[in-house]
Formats: sequence, structure tokens, C-alpha cells
Amino acid sequence: MRGKRLIPPLVAIAVWQIITTVGGVPSYKLPSPLQVLGGLKDLAVVGLPPGHLLHTHALYSLKRVFLGYSLAVSVGIPLGIAVGWSRRVRFVVEPFIELLRPIPPLAWIPIAILWFGIGIKSAAFIIFLGAFFPILLNTSAGVLAVDPLLIEAMRTLNGKPRDIIFKVLIPGSIPSIITGMRIGVGLGWMTLVAAEFSGVKQGYGLGYMIMTARDIQRPDEILAGMFFIGVAGFVIDGSLRLLEKSLIKWR
Amino acid sequence: MAVNLKLSRITKTFPENGSLSQVPVLDNLDCIIESGQFFSIVGPSGCGKTTLLRIIAGLEKASEGQILLNGDAITDNDRRVGLVFQEFALFPWRTALQNIEIGLEINGVPKAERREEALKYVREFGLEGFENTFPKMLSGGMKQRVAIARTLISNPEVVLMDEPFGSLDSKSRIDMQNFLLDVWEQRKMTVVFVTHSVDEAVYLGDRVLVLGKRPSRIMETFDVEISRPRDRANPALLEMRERIFGLCARA
Repeated sequence: MRGKRLIPPLVAIAVWQIITTVGGVPSYKLPSPLQVLGGLKDLAVVGLPPGHLLHTHALYSLKRVFLGYSLAVSVGIPLGIAVGWSRRVRFVVEPFIELLRPIPPLAWIPIAILWFGIGIKSAAFIIFLGAFFPILLNTSAGVLAVDPLLIEAMRTLNGKPRDIIFKVLIPGSIPSIITGMRIGVGLGWMTLVAAEFSGVKQGYGLGYMIMTARDIQRPDEILAGMFFIGVAGFVIDGSLRLLEKSLIKWR
Repeated sequence: MAVNLKLSRITKTFPENGSLSQVPVLDNLDCIIESGQFFSIVGPSGCGKTTLLRIIAGLEKASEGQILLNGDAITDNDRRVGLVFQEFALFPWRTALQNIEIGLEINGVPKAERREEALKYVREFGLEGFENTFPKMLSGGMKQRVAIARTLISNPEVVLMDEPFGSLDSKSRIDMQNFLLDVWEQRKMTVVFVTHSVDEAVYLGDRVLVLGKRPSRIMETFDVEISRPRDRANPALLEMRERIFGLCARA
């Protein structure tokens, strides 16, 4: 029964509606679900600031994520394969990973603004940093975890290094690469919203939008914006899960 | 018969854990394997028979000595030599058919051609209906058929087999032994078959080489001059079996 899964959230929403209407929780602290729905409608139709509609905010955010994320994928996966495959590359790259990975992506914001100015480039750079390390590390771990027997099998079948990389290491590490991509896009999305809070903004963006809602004291629009950010993240992850399913039929 | 594979003074040592000294595994092996022969190698576990096979396959280098195939030294991933692993070593992300054809694929045989060739093996090896099945869903005997087909499709002169039936139950083991004999009698490639089962070595082989405990030397080589098809209960076969058991007990 698929419908049954909806019962707990529906009950929670009903309780939420009750405590906000007759339970004495003031709506400037916690607006009711219906008010949040109204906020969502205002964001979509009126815009915040007026004229800056929700879908435009979302498009700007998605564009930043797409740019930073595709950069992270196109650098992270090949580099991860190289790190997993070659001890020499690992020796050179690993210290830099160890050094840079613990720095939270948000701590890069000041230097990113210095380097790229305020705008899409610095936002994409911060998202790149958030998504890059999980993609890189999961890819290299996936390559290292490929059964050495399969590499030997390829060698005895007269496989050359190119065949070992493209026919053994890459297909063998696909599950782990996709895991990295999923973690990466999640972190990229989280990083984006925070980055849009702190100056990497252009008048558009979902993070910027909910900060504006706070500035003008519209908690219904704050919550509506948060809800939208959550749903968008869920949809992005869902599409990667579909990709995972279609690529990994053999498990 | 023409000389096919010539092993001269093969010695292999491994570095001992935590010390600089070397542990000898194979000690000065000399042996000639004739073209088209079914050559069994039998010995106790840990005697280095797998190591010997890996050296012939080019997966490892001998510490000393030389292996010639028709007068030429064996190279790393030599096309003339194929290896069938005990653990099958099938590529789990490839279907049975895709596993069988990979040797042709990496050598640039066009898709239609290699498909046709692989389908011949599917029919001959009794794999109809399982062409598009992933290895995970195949029985042990079927996996080993796919693995043998994958090796044979490139027409190697020498097929090395490392306890290929060791993980099968006794019924499929007997089926696979007879199946392998059929395949070999049709093609007459040279087979070097490593096993720890004296019964299997004697039943299958034209010649049986008995290796002693580590560091292995050749204890004795037997010619099994019993016509085929053989009866497993043939008194001459059983007598030879007893002699080999006696030899192993003395070691």
C-alpha cells in the first residue's frame, strides 16, 4: 500500500495546523500549514521582492548548481579514476586532498569573492568545492575496490591498460561513482543556499529569497521557500537514483 | 608430437613477511608439454601449482628460468595463452554473451561478427536462454562454461586451467569434466590443468605431473596411456591413482 506511507506526514500536518490555530503558537513564530501554502502562492505569483518570482529564483539557483556541479563531475570522476588506478598520481594528489577537504566550502566564500567577484562564478566555485570531494573520493575508492582478479582476467584476455581502465575499472566502479554523485549534488545544493545567504547573490536565488523573507518578517514565505528548496533537492536526488537504477541492472 | 611449451629451470621465491630473506616456492622445474596434450598438474595445497600457472600465463615473473612457447618467450598478456580461473572471474556487469565476446571486442572485431561467434559458443556450451543473464543469476557450472567460452573464443594455443571445477558440487564437477573433454577433443588445444584432486588429474590427463610440498620439485611424471573415452573405474586408472597417492604419502 503506497497510500499508507502518506498517513504519518498528513497526521503531522494536521497536528501542526491545530497547534497553530487553537494551540496558542503565534504565527510570527510558526505560521500554519495553510499560511505557508499562501506564502508559497505569494512567492510564485507576487514574487519576493515583488516581481522577482519563485521560478526565476529557482532557475538562478539551479544554474549555479548546474555549473558548479558539472565542473565537479567532469574533474572529480577522471581525477578519481586516475588516483585509484595509479600509485604515482595518488602519491601526488592525496596530500592536497587531505589538506583541502577539511576546509568547509563556505569558508572559501571570502577568497572566492576576491578571485571571481560577486556573481555566478564565485557561487559555482563554492558549489564545485562542495560536490568535488565526495565525487573524487567515492570514485577513487570504487576503482580501488574493483576485484583484482577481474583485472587479471582482462590481462589474460590480452587486454591492454586502456581495456583495463574502460572495460574493468570504470564499469566496476560505477555504483560507487553514482553514490559520490548523489552525495555531491546533495552537498552542492546545501552549499548553494548557504552561499546565497552570504553575499554570493545577484538579486535572485532561493537562499537570497528566504533571507529577504526574513528581512521583511514573512515567516510564511521563509517556510515556503525552505519547503521548496527541500522538494527541489529531493527531485534532483530522485533523478540520480533513476540513473543509478538504469545503469546498475547487474547487481 | 611437436613440442609446444617448454619450461626450463623455473624457480620462484617470494619475500618473507617482515624479513629480507626469500621463501622458495618453486625449485628448478623442468618440463616439456607437447602440443595438443592434456597435461595435468597435481599437488598438495600451497605447493605453488597456482603460482606456476600464473607464471606461464604471464601474470607473474619467474625469479629464474625461462618459458618458451613454440620457441618464443611468453610475454605479459600473451595472446597465445588463455587462463580459466577457479573463481570464474566473470565481469558481473556483463551478460553471459557479453562476457563471452569480450576477448574479440578488445581486439577490435566488429560487433555483428563477434556476436555471431559468441552465439556459436552459447549453442555449443548449452547456454541457450541465458545469453542475456548476468553472472550473479547463473549456476556455478554455467559460470564456468561462460568462463571457458570466454577464454576459447580467442583461440589460444594453450589453455591454462586453475582448479576450474574446485568450487562445484560433485555432480556438476563430473559433468564439467566430461564437457571439457568433449571440447578439448574437438579442438585439440594444449590444456594445462591444475588440480589438487588426484582422481581428476588422472581421469582427464594424458600426462600427470606430481608436485611435492614447498619448495616444489617435480616428484614424478606419469603417462596415462589409457584410451578415451575412459571408464572412471578402469583398473589401470585406479592403479595409477594408488601409485600417486603412495608417492604423496611418502613426501
